[in-house]
Amino acid sequence: MTKILEPKKQNSIFRRPSSETGIWSWITTVDHKKIGIMYGYAAFFFLLIGGLEALVLRIQLSQPDNNFLSAAEYNAMFTMHGTTMIFLAIMPISAAFFNYLLPLQIGARDVAFPRLNALSFWIFIFGGIFLYSTFIFGTAGAPEGGYLDEEVSWLGSAPNGGWFGYQPNAGLKYSPGTAMDFWALGLQILGIASLISAFNFITTIINMRTKGMRFMRMPVFTWMTFAVSFLLAFSLPIIAIALFYVTFDRNFGTSFFLVEGGGDPVLWQHLFWLFGHPEVYILILPAFGIVSEVLPTFSRKPLFGYAAIVFAGFGIAFIGFGVWAHHMFASSISTVAQAGFGLSTMVIAVPTGVKIFNWLGTIWGGKLKLNTPMLFSLGFIGMFVIGGLSGVTHSIVPADTQQTDTYYIVAHFHYVLFGGAMFGIFSGLYYWFPKVWGKMYNETLGKIHFWLMLIGFNLTFGPMHWLGLQGQVRRTWVYAKETNLQFWNVIVTIGAFIIALSIVVFMINWIFSKRNGEKAPFDPWDARTIEWSIPSPTPVWNFSTAPNVKSLDDFWHSKYDEDEEGRAVRKPTADQLLIDLEEDGLNPKEEIILPNPSYFPIVLASGLPLLGYAVIFKSIALAVVGVILILSGSFGWGTEPLEEGH
Amino acid sequence: MLMKIFFKFKNLKYLFLVFISACIENAPLDSLSPEGPYARSIDELFWLTFWIAVIIFVLVQGALLVSVLLFRDKPNKPEPKQVHGNTKLEIIWTVIPVLILAFIAVPTVRTIFDLAREPEDALKIEVIGHQWWFEYKYPDYGITTANVLVIPSDRPVRLEMWSNDVLHNYWVPKLNGKRYLVPGQKTYLNLHADNPDEFWAQCGEYCGLSHSKMRGRVISLSENDFNLWINNEQQNALKLEDGSLAAEGQSVFLNAGCTQCHVINGVWDTQGDRIAPNLTHFAARTVFAGAALENNKENLTNWLANPAKIKPGTFMPNLELTEAEINALIAYLGTLK
Repeated sequence: MTKILEPKKQNSIFRRPSSETGIWSWITTVDHKKIGIMYGYAAFFFLLIGGLEALVLRIQLSQPDNNFLSAAEYNAMFTMHGTTMIFLAIMPISAAFFNYLLPLQIGARDVAFPRLNALSFWIFIFGGIFLYSTFIFGTAGAPEGGYLDEEVSWLGSAPNGGWFGYQPNAGLKYSPGTAMDFWALGLQILGIASLISAFNFITTIINMRTKGMRFMRMPVFTWMTFAVSFLLAFSLPIIAIALFYVTFDRNFGTSFFLVEGGGDPVLWQHLFWLFGHPEVYILILPAFGIVSEVLPTFSRKPLFGYAAIVFAGFGIAFIGFGVWAHHMFASSISTVAQAGFGLSTMVIAVPTGVKIFNWLGTIWGGKLKLNTPMLFSLGFIGMFVIGGLSGVTHSIVPADTQQTDTYYIVAHFHYVLFGGAMFGIFSGLYYWFPKVWGKMYNETLGKIHFWLMLIGFNLTFGPMHWLGLQGQVRRTWVYAKETNLQFWNVIVTIGAFIIALSIVVFMINWIFSKRNGEKAPFDPWDARTIEWSIPSPTPVWNFSTAPNVKSLDDFWHSKYDEDEEGRAVRKPTADQLLIDLEEDGLNPKEEIILPNPSYFPIVLASGLPLLGYAVIFKSIALAVVGVILILSGSFGWGTEPLEEGH
Repeated sequence: MLMKIFFKFKNLKYLFLVFISACIENAPLDSLSPEGPYARSIDELFWLTFWIAVIIFVLVQGALLVSVLLFRDKPNKPEPKQVHGNTKLEIIWTVIPVLILAFIAVPTVRTIFDLAREPEDALKIEVIGHQWWFEYKYPDYGITTANVLVIPSDRPVRLEMWSNDVLHNYWVPKLNGKRYLVPGQKTYLNLHADNPDEFWAQCGEYCGLSHSKMRGRVISLSENDFNLWINNEQQNALKLEDGSLAAEGQSVFLNAGCTQCHVINGVWDTQGDRIAPNLTHFAARTVFAGAALENNKENLTNWLANPAKIKPGTFMPNLELTEAEINALIAYLGTLK
């Protein structure tokens, strides 16, 4: 029998919540696994919305001079597509992986600060709702003195200055209305969520590793979580300050970025990309981590050059702070700066190449099991190489001045962030599906999903290279018939719908398998890392006893020896070991103390969007309510009792 | 030496182009068909990088495919050797990319500085960005025009650029790369066309509602034609006497509100800059409305009837002109050669 302590009834008004099932168990949970699952579903929901926005854009662009969307609607759609995919889909879906897996991979019971973890999730949710409430409350219109032929519809009343919000176009004079305030304040709120989890994960990795889990024995996914957390911690404060400047410019008459007040629009570019480039690595490093777990498992070989992959990851993260001006080669930066940032951009290709070669080294000579997670990881390598190579062409500054602001760039970063990050994420979703749900996904549907997505993806983003070189400029609502760009635009739109179809297959597989999938065996992949040494689905308490790690890929080495040729040989004791592990995992022998659930993270988080609305609607009352919620959330947080007796 | 081999190799690009352009003819914004020395030096650099990238692409994707084919799981396949790494190999595949990049870096840096240098005998032209059209001024000749940039083909031009409102990005793909127009700062771009010809321009940077319609034309003229053009542009428009349809149009221009923003030298002069294009030689331009429309009667009719329908957010109001007024205006604009 398990010996998890039931929360005792207490008489204080600050009784800790005790629901274990139902909605309240989710709202008050501080369990990293439940938070991870909630992150995943919320992020996937936003991914679907961002995808719908992309489809709407593609319908508009399938014909020259089309008027399926108005200019205002188109601009709002591409702004929201970018903002959603980056801040509400890929970042939180990575956070889902971090949350669920990080404690499992380092043998911990939970993250270092479970309630902060819940707080960060709820701030993300409220930030997303706040940003999307622009469709109801936001307003947008023509620049001061300009005219519109028709009222801006609800679809157009969303932020419309691009996800990069270049000033002064995104300022009040040229983007009147409140939509861009929703953008600036929404990102501000989302940034707080990421910042909190960054420090939480850094602390967890440094302090919560189990016995013997030295740094150089940590799985690469954990390493990449570590790197991403540092990237977040150093880059988010920059954008936070820049977004405050924007909010002040728009609402309180300052002129940080307005020339007429002595400000500088190029300063915004510097601040934005000083955050924005590390952000790219924030999006891609988690996928690097996932792929580095999947490839060795299904190649039945250790990761080739573990140390090199880890240090290359940190090298990328570090150099990533020194390349930001390559987003500004056509801007007003000096010739010397162009040359310098061109060279630093070339430099970052080196550690990236190291990773790719090491992944190839991992599968070389292996025994490759080509099931869905492996296919997505292999697809990741293939697509990411294309994105990496087109990335090198951007470091050729003169060539970049032809390519920047065209679809060539759109193609490039979709190969990196979709062919790279999203393929990696799908790989991970299939790989850890059995661990999370205790069921197997359907392999056939998984493979259909992969092939449809690979084909759709390349049809969508491959021709965009060509379209960009042929002169199709980004963020253009219409293109002239005379530019002769229609043919490939039709292909691209068809590709986009194939991607949408593949997502439908994925969802069917997920829903069906989660309900009716076969029961997952204990260790379905014959895996290497310790999260597979516990039962599936993961018990609430993770590990019954803290594991004692003796090497890198500890779980593998407890099952396999090497013969004199260096080939893996299954230990005779391996089968019995698995039976024992499952038995132990389900029946902890010692008393387990789990962090208590709490009402206060969600209370505290709910105050933040109210502060945002207070700025937008210039309402003191909303600000007061927001502050009260934040203060009472903090007070309750600080004073709520631990369970009696502990 | 190596460079030369690569430049020969790049002739292969025509094969590639024939293949890929089967469905596209004559894309006027094509950045791969340079028509001037600046664009050509960029093009050479691009193809050099492109072919290196193709080689790496083939090697890496090949290695990936071969691994999958060779090492996929088959029944009775033995367990693989547990290779943890190979320091020598890892050093090699770190150093080789460094060497390749160093090889590309040399011509890159050289071209950056070459493109930025001011040509010696350049004609200076000022480019001013507005939402959503480009204004051109020739300080040496006292000319102000819009939408169509006329340049001599026998010598380079040096554009001195800034923006009147938000960021714009000036791009004539066949002549050079892009350069931003920034409010409060000056940026520079050189253009030079091989031959007299017409080129397309487009604003690259997202600049608000009608960004996609912020376009332009560049016309390069032989020395003789360019001088003729200059002479013509320097003439003022003549004030028309009453009695013709065009004269009616002139009075519409003077009374309906157009003069709030537009200037016609000799007819409606004004001190200082106006926010809309100078119309003195309107009929001499092939395009109007930010080069979004061909200059013809049908387009002018639609535009004057409701500008915001064509360019959302435009600063040109709908003046509620009658059909007769529009026809008169178009007749008048047609005289502004």
